[in-house]
Amino acid sequence: MEKRLKVDHLSISFDTPQGEVEAVRDVSFSLSSGEVLALVGESGCGKSVLCRGIMKLLPASAKMKSGSIYVNGVDITKFREREMQKMRGRVFSMVFQDPLTVLNPTLTVGAQIAEAVKIKTPGLSRDEIQKRVSELLELVGIDRSLERMKYYPHQFSGGMRQRSVMAIALAGNPSILFADEPTTALDVMIQAQILDLLRRIQKTLGTATVFVSHDLGAVARVADRVAVMYAGKIVEIGTAEELFYDPKHPYTIGLLRSLPSYSKGCGTLSAIPGMPPPLLHPPKGDAFACRNEYALAIDYEEEPPMFRVTETHYAATWRLDARAKKRYGGQIKKGDENEEGRIT
Amino acid sequence: MKKEGLLEVSHLTCLYPISKKTEIRAVSDVSFQIRSGEIFGLIGESGSGKSTIARCVMNLLKPANGSVFYRGIDIYDKKEYRKHKKMLQTERQLIFQDSGSSLNQRMKVHEVIAEPMKIQRRKPLRGSYRAEAEFQMQHVGLDVSYLDQYPAELSGGQRQRLAIARALTMEPKLLVADEPIASLDVSIQAQIVNLFLHLREEHGFSFLFIAHDLAMAEFLCDRVGVMYRGRLVEEAPVKELFERPIHPYTKALLSAIPIPDPVKERARKPAEFHEGDFFFDGEWTQERAEHFVLREGGRTL
Repeated sequence: MEKRLKVDHLSISFDTPQGEVEAVRDVSFSLSSGEVLALVGESGCGKSVLCRGIMKLLPASAKMKSGSIYVNGVDITKFREREMQKMRGRVFSMVFQDPLTVLNPTLTVGAQIAEAVKIKTPGLSRDEIQKRVSELLELVGIDRSLERMKYYPHQFSGGMRQRSVMAIALAGNPSILFADEPTTALDVMIQAQILDLLRRIQKTLGTATVFVSHDLGAVARVADRVAVMYAGKIVEIGTAEELFYDPKHPYTIGLLRSLPSYSKGCGTLSAIPGMPPPLLHPPKGDAFACRNEYALAIDYEEEPPMFRVTETHYAATWRLDARAKKRYGGQIKKGDENEEGRIT
Repeated sequence: MKKEGLLEVSHLTCLYPISKKTEIRAVSDVSFQIRSGEIFGLIGESGSGKSTIARCVMNLLKPANGSVFYRGIDIYDKKEYRKHKKMLQTERQLIFQDSGSSLNQRMKVHEVIAEPMKIQRRKPLRGSYRAEAEFQMQHVGLDVSYLDQYPAELSGGQRQRLAIARALTMEPKLLVADEPIASLDVSIQAQIVNLFLHLREEHGFSFLFIAHDLAMAEFLCDRVGVMYRGRLVEEAPVKELFERPIHPYTKALLSAIPIPDPVKERARKPAEFHEGDFFFDGEWTQERAEHFVLREGGRTL
């Protein structure tokens, strides 16, 4: 498959009065056409910064320290604002979390979609624009589109607003779509509809999608591949099946275990203790080590590289190192190595 | 039926006026009760009136009709309310969804925790207000080093713990939690839910837990009421409700719970529920022991 997007060793940091905040640290991944990659992680782990960093929508205090970004094989790392402007909307576009703040309350939904159409394909006549707007609305599952075009955002329900935002994002036929928590603000019953819509659009248009979420249920529904981020790094990446059925990184395991469905019938939920580390001065070694009940001594000293599990599945944990495997069989079992493995 | 009822809400109706002539019926004819030591969950989609009920229970909004009894006291009866004002104000505490905006940004953490005690002129049991704040922080698992920081410097989970600590200073009997974990991350959500369970065990609180995360509600609550368009459509013990839902809306809602398993989740087809299927003038009937459902005109569906 053709690689739509390739990110190589990307690091993004912010200059703050307190010092340098490393929001994204050495992230690499690639995305083929017609594929959905989910980025999962806690808030503040750099998911959104990564998406915006690729689109170069970050404030001036952010700087790309190293790494490169390839879109359809072209290196866009050095692209200036003017060149990026041409790409946004046509090559990649974004669906944001809260549809109500994205839409302008004083303009009709149709006018807002028409605006996007006009910018992306200039020189269309009025009728052509209207036809395109109506097409887009039908595409995102809003019927009676000619009538609904004249509605204002407040006349729409939450789900319909999110659909219209998606119509705006799709106006320029983007080949890469970033969806930044598109279902978080919606009700459970609408969520599944929007996720299925996302999936369907991506199938019909062949869009490559980066789906940012912290809802593992939603991720299970739409994602082909999943990347788990922690403290600015991708700690585990693999297909959805590999990640949900055979997680390797302790953080992924902890995330899956903290869901209520895992602890059904038990007295308490198995939460991950502690807080994510500050990115201002990231800790030495594995950033997750101090919350990890299976941490090895080396986790506090040296950052683990990405270990290969299968062709598609990689995880950054020393547990997959040949030496750890020899000692602990590579498997995580409750309370096996705490005595010798951990520095107290 | 009356078994240590701590809170009793009967035939509650709330209206929000939009203009002089029109009003919106946010809650209509809702009755339920919470026993002491119980976690009662209210679930439903946004706009179904869950938060309005929380406001009514806390005396923040006057209902148009119906009454709320706390320990047998009608809290909307002015005379009764004045007589028991102190007790009512301290024993019921509210935790808001968005801890970022419900904490005063200009107060330090220890001031935020001590404020309710100062308002109620309570003598700090542990010497000073600061010591009291320290004690409560340890209680909810918040590091004592944050005492002199501002709420904005804390993370979402820490702020939510702070809001809980503030509520705990009054030694409440009833905690009304309006979507307390909705804005938190999965791993932090689990921590807060565990904290709630622990507090209930230790103090025997009763909870009114408002949620739209059904999986969490299933885990935490003892009994659950399902709301739709301002009506309570079904009420049952949590196990009963999740295993044998009766009302079509409840069925649709439960089928919408996402499963964190790619194969099962992709195969899942949520049941559909159309507004036309809903009978607004239903009759509240008892189906099984403790299992109530809103039936259209008393007929079976």
